[in-house]
Amino acid sequence: MDERAAVEFRNISVRFPGVLANDSVSLTVKRGEIFALVGENGAGKTTLMKVLYGMNRPTQGEVFVFGSRLEKYDPAYSISLGVGMVHQHFMLVPSFTVAQNIVLGREPKKSGVFYDKRAAERITHELIKAYGLEVDANAVVADLSVGAQQRVEILKTLYRGADILVLDEPTAVLTPNETKEFFDVLRGIVSEKGVTVIIITHKLNEVMEISDRVGVMRAGKLVGVCNTNEVTSQQLASMMVGREVLLDAVERSTTVGEPRVVIKDLNVYDDRGLHVVKGLSLSVRAGEILGVAGVEGNGQSELAEAITGLRKIASGVVSINGVSVSGLGPGEIRALGVSHVPEDRLRTGVSAPASVADNLLAGKQRDNRFARARIHRRSASISRYVDEVKTQFDIRAAGSDVAAGSLSGGNIQKLVVAREFSFEHANVLVICQPTRGVDIGAMEYIHSLILAKRSDGCAILLISADLDELFRISDRIVTMYEGELTGEFVTGETNHYEVGAYMAGAIGGVNHDV
Amino acid sequence: MLETVLAILQNTLRSATPIILAAMGGQFTEHAGIMNIGMDGIMLMGSFFAVLASYYLASAALGVLAAILIGLLMGILFGVLVIRFRSDEFIIGVALNIFAGGVTVFLLRTIFGVAGAFADPAIKALPYVSLDFLNDVPFIGPLLNNNSILVYVSWLLVLICWIAVYKTPFGLRLRASGEHPESLRSAGVNPNKLKYISSMLCGMLCGLAGAHLALGYLTQFSEGMSSSRGFIAFACIIFGRANPPKVFLASLLFGFMDALALRLQFVGISSNLSGMMPYIMTVLMMVYVVVTDNARKSRTLKLNAG
Repeated sequence: MDERAAVEFRNISVRFPGVLANDSVSLTVKRGEIFALVGENGAGKTTLMKVLYGMNRPTQGEVFVFGSRLEKYDPAYSISLGVGMVHQHFMLVPSFTVAQNIVLGREPKKSGVFYDKRAAERITHELIKAYGLEVDANAVVADLSVGAQQRVEILKTLYRGADILVLDEPTAVLTPNETKEFFDVLRGIVSEKGVTVIIITHKLNEVMEISDRVGVMRAGKLVGVCNTNEVTSQQLASMMVGREVLLDAVERSTTVGEPRVVIKDLNVYDDRGLHVVKGLSLSVRAGEILGVAGVEGNGQSELAEAITGLRKIASGVVSINGVSVSGLGPGEIRALGVSHVPEDRLRTGVSAPASVADNLLAGKQRDNRFARARIHRRSASISRYVDEVKTQFDIRAAGSDVAAGSLSGGNIQKLVVAREFSFEHANVLVICQPTRGVDIGAMEYIHSLILAKRSDGCAILLISADLDELFRISDRIVTMYEGELTGEFVTGETNHYEVGAYMAGAIGGVNHDV
Repeated sequence: MLETVLAILQNTLRSATPIILAAMGGQFTEHAGIMNIGMDGIMLMGSFFAVLASYYLASAALGVLAAILIGLLMGILFGVLVIRFRSDEFIIGVALNIFAGGVTVFLLRTIFGVAGAFADPAIKALPYVSLDFLNDVPFIGPLLNNNSILVYVSWLLVLICWIAVYKTPFGLRLRASGEHPESLRSAGVNPNKLKYISSMLCGMLCGLAGAHLALGYLTQFSEGMSSSRGFIAFACIIFGRANPPKVFLASLLFGFMDALALRLQFVGISSNLSGMMPYIMTVLMMVYVVVTDNARKSRTLKLNAG
């Protein structure tokens, strides 16, 4: 046994019904290092870390933490050995205060039975001071920004005496500047407190920036471990996918035509009645991709919904190919040539319990090709069409009649894209978060489809929280902050940090009307 | 006039008590994120077993104990089905109510050989509490004095439940288990443990509520005698946002409606009409909750989006 090992996985296999999520993984993480674990979605990174944290029970193998074997798989036990985990989806109780969330499960008591509120607050303040993670101890978690919630999560694990900090996709929800700040804090914790950090991510530039060593997983197996300074991100990407991937910048559009989408002074309210799109104006021309950058919740979703007829336009004009969409329903707007890839593929993008075939057909079910007299299904031609589309878009499903919701995230996304991109008359695409949670292979493919549509002369509005994606395929980028456009950039003439600053509202033309 | 008011208020306290007791139980499951609509059935079982034990063992205290025990068993059954086997809590709640309605009728007929209701002098009633110093206080004295013992217990329980839920680590965990069980699990505490405890507490307190119905003022068991008080208690929990003092006030409001309904019969209003009042109140309360809840929901939505 290596004296310097913080964690040692020996031959770990985890089998879920129908899937071998981890396949004989052996891995050693050294004390005091920042170890990055990378891999495509579904490669088994989170599964492996949940074994360490006691949330998954391996079907085979052993785990050692600081030399002692995990006797049972129970979070309380792993915590007692010094393992702390910050999950991708935060484990915070929304209505509780920061202090309450931090001490939950290990509460300070007074008189033996009562919850000691003062002590909890004192503990929180001490932790905040000791680690330099700024957050208000008495704030209710629901009111905090995502970045602050993440700091609470880290404080929570440190309160439990974590010597090994497992971070699952910690930067997925942060802006580039927040990420930078977060990495500084992380380095501080490692160098000053000697904490070992295991960071799960699929952003290779971050791996290069923060980690000492990196492990690559593919299809449940650990395919390689190396010192970060001895590899390039291209090599890592190839290891992750198992073949060469070309995630280089793509050619900018050269043939830009007429404006197809013109938005003037658009105002939209959300379900709560909040003013979320404020006097926004923009236009998207044929043959270009306009990227909308912004931290989620700054009105981008509502903008897309307003354009596609899913949300009422309070005032202002949205015109598609010269026709104002005010008062038109989603169907009528589609008839004007709009296709929509919504951000929530499971809830809005597909009907999860309906079959893959029905989902692919949606919107075309009354075509003469597929229905006699608009009502009677032409089954043979439907199944021919569905098979064709499935092959063309590489949708991997156990059959055409399985529920769309049972597919993997990447395949559901390909299904949505396949449906939306196969309306022949569509020349305006509103695409939201097209590659969120999909793996690098599927991402590359979806990007290529979007670019092909651009070449066909479609006007494309691409809303994404992923700056890498925006920088890769958009021709122009606008930033949105609190419902307003704060900046407009030509992709080749700006960088992540500049756009990030505008996204965060740090600079730009925001007029606070409060 | 003053006497009428006094009578109405006295009846308010009496009618509210079983609702308070059941609602104090139900607020535990509510906090644990379990919708327990089986409370009415558990109350009914409590009433029957309270009478059974009190009659055969000649002790009101043992009657209460029996009611609590049967409530506990029902709570465990509910917990196992809903938590362990992940059955739909709504269906299980309905099933418990139907089960309780059927089994009490069956037992009433097989054990006591009567249909409809069983009353007997041998059934020991719960004692009344009489405090001398209260006798001299006008209005307040007669209002608060000489009530059945569980009336006072119910008030004490409101305080205890409030402390338990909001002032102890147990309460913190309980609320976490309902609002975001995964965060509790990742903190090293099994949320299902809290859910089980809440289900057991709920069963016991509903059993106690049943005991009060059967041994408090009436000393009898009649078929379906819970008459949907368990559902009214549920409405009070929702209306009071499961916060014990607020739930208590909501229960008193129902008690007041009940008392008012009773009074209205004396002035010639059809009992069919006046008897609707508590239920109309329920509908109004739920409308209020739905209307005011929209603001709350948006808060959670915001978090989920983040």
